[in-house]
Amino acid sequence: MSDTSTEHTDLPRAIVAGHGDFANGLVSAVQQITGRGEQLIGVSVAKLCVEDIENLLRQKMFESSVRVIFTDLQAGSCTMAARRILRGMDDAVLVAGANLPMLLDFVFAEGRNAPQAARHAAERGRIAISAHGAGA
Amino acid sequence: MTLLLYRIDDRLLHGQVVVGWGQPLDIDFIVLVDDAVATSDWEQELYRMGVPPEMEVYFLTARDAITAIPGYRADSRRGILLTGDIGTMRRIVDGTGVEAVNIGGIHSGAGRVQKLRYVFLSPDEEQQLRDLSAHGAKVTAQDVPGARPVALDDLLAGAELT
Repeated sequence: MSDTSTEHTDLPRAIVAGHGDFANGLVSAVQQITGRGEQLIGVSVAKLCVEDIENLLRQKMFESSVRVIFTDLQAGSCTMAARRILRGMDDAVLVAGANLPMLLDFVFAEGRNAPQAARHAAERGRIAISAHGAGA
Repeated sequence: MTLLLYRIDDRLLHGQVVVGWGQPLDIDFIVLVDDAVATSDWEQELYRMGVPPEMEVYFLTARDAITAIPGYRADSRRGILLTGDIGTMRRIVDGTGVEAVNIGGIHSGAGRVQKLRYVFLSPDEEQQLRDLSAHGAKVTAQDVPGARPVALDDLLAGAELT
């Protein structure tokens, strides 16, 4: 039997945050598909006020030296908090509207630094959306 | 149309407001009443970016809101008024009269006790809500339109927490 494993980083490269179980659900899906879920830190913010969301995301960012945040919704509290954190940080990227194809692209883009990979993944996530069937 | 919802939500403009309430109520505008946001261009831009382009957002201090609210109530469009805390809503109720106040989210913080999945209150905030009710506003907690409204007495008793 041949060895089909590949070298890849297991260090966190991005935070995923959003409503309900969105973040941990996406991280779980990435892990199931690729085995690279360790690159993503899922953050759930239920029950937290705005200041605590911001403090939690800031803490996660700095303790893991991560400079990329994926969030679910442009108008969401996590997005608002992330934008406050990233204000004045030229080396960090926030991507709002994250989806699974986007994160799959991100975890495979180890050749790029994380912010570059996030921007590339954002485009891949955007074009991965399609509609099929009746109603056109 | 008028202002259809008077909501207290410490996250101010976020998904539940813009999408959860905004879409089913077919909202055209939101009046965000917060003294800090009303005096910060950066904060206003932050909140405006989360709102679809067809939805207007007005940022007002509590004092200015009391003056402006009659105009919004007479507006032919459909709107939501939003405050981030009970005290600001109290000023709106006292200054303009409000029939019903929606508690949409007051999250965990120092001195607060959980009363509902999305409502945590300090003793002082509990009293502020009782005062709101005593001033004629029907106070209920309801995070999204599909949820059942929780009456103030049940909320304060923590009856819906289990």
